[in-house]
Amino acid sequence: MNMPTNPQKPAKKLSLKENYSHLTRGLGWDTSYQPMDKVFPQDKFEGIKIHDWDKWEDPFRLTMDAYWKYQGEKEKKLYAIVDAFQQNNGQFNVTDARYINTLKLFLTGVSPLEYAAHRGFAMAGRNFRGTSARIAAQMQAIDELRHAQTQAHTISHYNKFFNGLHDYTHMHDRVWYLSVPKSYFEDAMSAGPFEFVTAISFSFEYVLTNLLFMPFMSGAAYNGDMATVTFGFSAQSDESRHMTLGLEVVKFILEQDPGNVPIVQKWLDKWFWRGYRLLALVSMMMDYMLPKRVMSWAEAWEMYFEQNGGALFNDLTRYGIRMPKYHEVASMEKHRLSHETWATFYNYTHAAAFHTWVPEESEMKWLSEKYPTTFDKLYRPRFEHWREQQAKGERFYNGTLPMLCQLCQIPMFFTEPDDPTKICYRETTYRDEKFHFCSDGCKDIFDNEPEKYIHSWLPVHQIYQGNCFRPGTDPTAPGFDPLAEVLQYYGFHVGEDGGEYLGSPDAKNWKAWTGKPAVSE
Amino acid sequence: MNAIAKDKVFIAFQTNDETRSIVEAIEADNREAIVIRYPAMVKIEMPGRLVIRRETIEDLIGRAYDLRELNLNLISLSGNIEESDDEFVLYWNQH
Ligand SMILES: [Fe+2]
Ligand SMILES: [Fe+2]
Ligand SMILES: [Zn+2]
Repeated sequence: MNMPTNPQKPAKKLSLKENYSHLTRGLGWDTSYQPMDKVFPQDKFEGIKIHDWDKWEDPFRLTMDAYWKYQGEKEKKLYAIVDAFQQNNGQFNVTDARYINTLKLFLTGVSPLEYAAHRGFAMAGRNFRGTSARIAAQMQAIDELRHAQTQAHTISHYNKFFNGLHDYTHMHDRVWYLSVPKSYFEDAMSAGPFEFVTAISFSFEYVLTNLLFMPFMSGAAYNGDMATVTFGFSAQSDESRHMTLGLEVVKFILEQDPGNVPIVQKWLDKWFWRGYRLLALVSMMMDYMLPKRVMSWAEAWEMYFEQNGGALFNDLTRYGIRMPKYHEVASMEKHRLSHETWATFYNYTHAAAFHTWVPEESEMKWLSEKYPTTFDKLYRPRFEHWREQQAKGERFYNGTLPMLCQLCQIPMFFTEPDDPTKICYRETTYRDEKFHFCSDGCKDIFDNEPEKYIHSWLPVHQIYQGNCFRPGTDPTAPGFDPLAEVLQYYGFHVGEDGGEYLGSPDAKNWKAWTGKPAVSE
Repeated sequence: MNAIAKDKVFIAFQTNDETRSIVEAIEADNREAIVIRYPAMVKIEMPGRLVIRRETIEDLIGRAYDLRELNLNLISLSGNIEESDDEFVLYWNQH
């Protein structure tokens, strides 16, 4: 240790760099009475070779004192605004009650992923033998727990006034469309620690998360939802740190050993495609569910993936990394993704915990402008037909169950990359069994790890096998209604949570409580 | 001109009183910066490299500033990061 030359003078403040290096280098040690490989049994089996953990850098150089200080400030700010929002009945200042359906989807689909991320990073932190990697994972585990909590606290206020928000964790573990985000995250969590951070920190948080949070928060701000803007911003300030970590992790792994490059490329291909499929839900939120729209899905894809993602992958070419496989398919799909997805939920909304509707004439005009090559030709006629049927009192609901992709678990409604009028089907035979996929991207992932994905818990299969009824249900009883029983098992309040928005209890309450029309002009 | 040299980095902040001065500082230190205002959010794009200098912010807000305070209002960013006590830099490697 350096002795201060003059004890009278206060010691010079450590620089950011020195401070951080004391935390991340000075506090670590190698175990002596147990071999390190036994203490850290999971950081080698994936084939990733690390020669020098000290090369791991956290560019923010956040130390614990600064971490707690800033996180504390963020929490105080957030809860002050949430209090003010609740005291002033802020829930009635949103554009109209259709907007609340984005919150329903978010709370049931995304907030549980925050909790899963908390668990995932706690495990990653335990499994890395490098000290700075452990500290980064530990901070992120705490951040993600904070996100899950602040989202539940904020949105719980809406639960007092709107349907479909009453039991989001129960729903997340059971409902058909929520198996899409759930299986995505569990796939990452059940991989090794390096694949987990590549999947979540890099592919999701760095490459794709801007497409979820930027439009979602700007959309919330634009639609008058101050509470959501605030928790979104609060989480996003952590997210910038997570994104940075994602890029650093990948660079670190790539720099450590040339043998790591092909392994990482395979993970990037896989997790790009999985993340992109998950974002189909976001595309319909942007183009259909926000009464006031910020930008279209196609515009967001161009800005955040094609431009920013392009710049990122240009930067990574020096390691021998290329753009993820099938990124060009995602770009081909950008003019149809949201329309195909929303139409499917329109069909199945009676089995969902949120409402759907036919867009208003003015909204269809916006869609025509944003999607000049596809909307009027391919999608408008369908909505007009549904609108006519609704006017006759024959609102269409699809009474059958859809076939799901074995990999992404989304109903097979995506179309051929070069033909938006033809549904895309792919299949593989593995151990004499046939498996079905929505795309080449999903099929490739299965073919690389079939033993993992033959175990997928596919909601439609589970329903047909009789595994989605409450205990004690007798499917042979006279008058047994399987769909009604499945919705009970999901914890839905049938006739309130899902179905058509127009005429729903949410729409009626909105008019009664605010005096404003159920659909804003 | 190399195509890669044109790749943009970006940084986005919440729109509030604190970030007004930060954005001003960025504009002063990065002549080519493009500032785009969205509902509740301000995004700054810059070809190749963007620098945020502690001193410029301090001059504008009239108090000492720790660059790690950027964390409080940050929404998103893109680019490699180099942070020291005096500067926060975002950049893409140019070949
Ligand atoms: Fe999070
Ligand atoms: Fe995160
Ligand atoms: Zn699929």
